[in-house]
Amino acid sequence: MSGFSSSSVDRRDIVALEGVTKRFPGIVANDSVDLSIRPGEVHVLLGENGAGKSTLIGMLSGLQQPDEGRILVDGKPTPITSPRLALALGIGTVFQHMMLVPTLTVAENLLLGGPWWQRPRTEELAARVAEITSTLSITVKLHAKVSELSLGEQQQVEILRAMLRNSRLLILDESTSMLTPKGIDELGALMRRLVEQGLAIVFITHKLKEAAAFGDRISVLKLGRKVGEIPPERLRALGEQEIVSEIVELMFGKQKDDPEAVERPVRTARAGAAPLLQVEDLTVAPTDNAPGLSSISFDIRPGEILGIAGIDGNGQKQLAEALAGQRIATCGSVRLDGAAIETLSVGERRRRGLRYLTDDRLGEGTVGTFPVSMNFFLKQVGAAPFWRNGVEQRAEIDKRAAQLVREYDVRTPSLKTPVARLSGGNIQKVLLARELAEGAKVVIFNKPTYGLDLANTLASRQRIRDTAARGLAVLLISTDLEELLGMCDRIAVIANGALVGTVENADDARTKVGRLMIGLAA
Amino acid sequence: MSIDTAPTVSATALDATSGAVTRRDILHRLLMTLGPILAALVIAGCILLAVGVDPLAYYGYVLEKGLFSPLGIQQTLTRMAPLLFLAAGLIVAFRAGMWNLGGDGQFLLGAVTAAASAPVFVQIMPAWLALTCSFLIAMVVAMIWSLVPALLRAYQGVNEIITTLMMTFLGTSLANVLVKLAFRDPATTVPQTRTLPVEDRLPRLFETTITSGLLLGLAAIIIVHLVMTRTAFGLKLRIVGANPRAAVHSGLGVPGLTVAVFAISAGLAGLAGAVDIIGVQGNVRADWNPAYGLAVIPAVFLARMNGFAAIGFVFLLSVLSIGGESAARRLGVPNHFTLVLVSIVLIVLALAEYFDHRYNQSRRA
Ligand SMILES: Nc1ncnc2c1ncn2[C@@H]1O[C@H](COP(=O)(O)OP(=O)(O)OP(=O)(O)O)[C@@H](O)[C@H]1O
Ligand SMILES: [Mg+2]
Repeated sequence: MSGFSSSSVDRRDIVALEGVTKRFPGIVANDSVDLSIRPGEVHVLLGENGAGKSTLIGMLSGLQQPDEGRILVDGKPTPITSPRLALALGIGTVFQHMMLVPTLTVAENLLLGGPWWQRPRTEELAARVAEITSTLSITVKLHAKVSELSLGEQQQVEILRAMLRNSRLLILDESTSMLTPKGIDELGALMRRLVEQGLAIVFITHKLKEAAAFGDRISVLKLGRKVGEIPPERLRALGEQEIVSEIVELMFGKQKDDPEAVERPVRTARAGAAPLLQVEDLTVAPTDNAPGLSSISFDIRPGEILGIAGIDGNGQKQLAEALAGQRIATCGSVRLDGAAIETLSVGERRRRGLRYLTDDRLGEGTVGTFPVSMNFFLKQVGAAPFWRNGVEQRAEIDKRAAQLVREYDVRTPSLKTPVARLSGGNIQKVLLARELAEGAKVVIFNKPTYGLDLANTLASRQRIRDTAARGLAVLLISTDLEELLGMCDRIAVIANGALVGTVENADDARTKVGRLMIGLAA
Repeated sequence: MSIDTAPTVSATALDATSGAVTRRDILHRLLMTLGPILAALVIAGCILLAVGVDPLAYYGYVLEKGLFSPLGIQQTLTRMAPLLFLAAGLIVAFRAGMWNLGGDGQFLLGAVTAAASAPVFVQIMPAWLALTCSFLIAMVVAMIWSLVPALLRAYQGVNEIITTLMMTFLGTSLANVLVKLAFRDPATTVPQTRTLPVEDRLPRLFETTITSGLLLGLAAIIIVHLVMTRTAFGLKLRIVGANPRAAVHSGLGVPGLTVAVFAISAGLAGLAGAVDIIGVQGNVRADWNPAYGLAVIPAVFLARMNGFAAIGFVFLLSVLSIGGESAARRLGVPNHFTLVLVSIVLIVLALAEYFDHRYNQSRRA
């Protein structure tokens, strides 16, 4: 262990990693990574999908143990053997994939982990939650069941939970992926306040602008190795554009000014053509804590991309599920290519060409314990050529799966790896590959690029544009306004389960959508 | 696209490593299964000592009577026939995430219908057709018996553990009532159904007393295993079992599949009853309830719902229960001690699993 130079460990570090290595079958997820985490700093961790960010976090929060190297807490080597110990050490984590118990209420989830012999202190909780939510300017429905919340709302609950634990080190793994631009800014401001109080924050994101705006120190991982670090002095000296291009160079080895600023190709949706998807008066009854849908109507023509903007939890999930047939609509009609489909089953709608890319990739999008290869075909079970007379054709399945893995750049040790073992972004690629495969007419994308790294986000957006260009109708649900502005022909804004307005995506679309989102007329 | 992504990890190049891991995994699995069984034998031995029975004598007796004596092994293999059918039914249900614990009720109703119908049928049609018809009737009756829990679970989300257990109580009583009132053989004083003549029962294998029902049982469990692992239908059931929400999202008809699972599982339990009657017993006496259905559950768990492994564990269970019955008579240890033994194995196994998990968690700390 003589290799560890004491210079890499600073006395100011709350937590430091020294030469930490983590291997999984077939892959080195972290390759002797050094990292120093200091109070008063937002430490941004960047890297492509599968670079090893979540694995690193897993070791800090006691979920996993390093194979080599050590973790120092307050300068002392400390094995973090369990999540409980991590919490006791003051390390609070918001994980990339939701860790809430879906059958319990939010309040019950927040109270979990208290001593078992004490009665849960509900009033005290409510008071503290009120305090934190007001500084965060979020609202949390304490008595809603978690399963009723949208993923964005769940993410807010997770952030709240970490804050309730009085952590010294707060780790946020892709916590902004479901927030609106405004929510992201607020989270940024909150992080600033917290580090000013002396907390340390580790912040993982795929959005380079957030990294530049919120970070004090930026570390970049690539294929498990740390390939660069931008210290605070240097960050302060650079402008946002310079930072972004420096990061891009570290991550991808090439320079480009603003990688996300892609021109929206002027594409005229076939104006004369009959709409491929017609939705009229679609209504879904609300539940106690989730909004329903109140008579939603819209058309999408072939080749057109209709965006749905809005704060997460305003009925986006209900809309997507009602269209896909997973949720019962109380009234209204849905026509696909002229034929009414509102009474058909999920499977039948899919056979008619309706595709739905869910945003809940582990909850319903995949079967985590099944191999990657099988997850490509979950929606085609029994179909030729992968099954013949009901009998599985291993070779066909593996051949096609290998093809999709290559085409969509899914980083997986093997086709047999259980899909839940992949990194978040790579699971997302599996879903994208599945929904974009042949036979589609109308595709509903619910947050298609959530959790994807920059390169894959761009590639996926291009794929969606290509999908539309092939003459398909696309419904794009996203909380990312930039994404909608960059891709859609028209943008509708959803609030409280109703479409409050639709705007053409012209020059003034940004202001109009923004006004609709805060409840003003466009 | 001006941004290069790093080259994809080749999907096939790394398969070799995962192959090596699998072999170590199998070894580990084997150790994790056999170790606890040995430990459980020791613990059960201590219990025997405590009640004043020489454990070595007991185990020796069990092995001799259940495995090494020619008569014993034949009885053991015969006993396997109904157990294999039951195990097959449980594999279907458990893999689909449904806890059909009503096997005993379904088994008994199958047995009673087979016992009532077979003696009648053999008089009016060729033996093979008569037995086939009896099997079918037993299967259908058991399927119908599972309909209530199936529909409740499929359309109302009612927990099937409770409903199947309740139906098993009802089913056992109903079977009894049927024997005593409807199908009672007027020629005997003890209440029992009419007896199927030995020459009309399932043929025996070669020159032994082993029933050919064993072959049917083996076929059933192997077919079930292949269906569950190799076919689209089996995959659908496994999706429902592993992630019901993903099943809905993928467009599977979950309620229909649920009813199908219950029907198949109960149907196999009914066949188990029929094979025991038509192959071995010949009639059903009132109050007869061997409770195989519950005894098989641990074997299926130990086998991790793998059909081939289940054959092995059902064999062990058979040895234990045949040997245990003889030992009970000779050494005065109650017959149910075999159940005690099996449950100790399960508990030790669960503990081993837990500590293995903890060890893996903290190994590198
Ligand atoms: N439990 C596990 N078993 C096997 N492999 C794993 C496991 N967890 C992670 N991996 C692998 O380790 C690598 C790094 O994964 P990790 O989740 O850390 O990536 P990430 O940087 O968080 O990516 P993303 O941005 O997509 O979330 C991936 O190739 C993944 O497949
Ligand atoms: Mg991750």
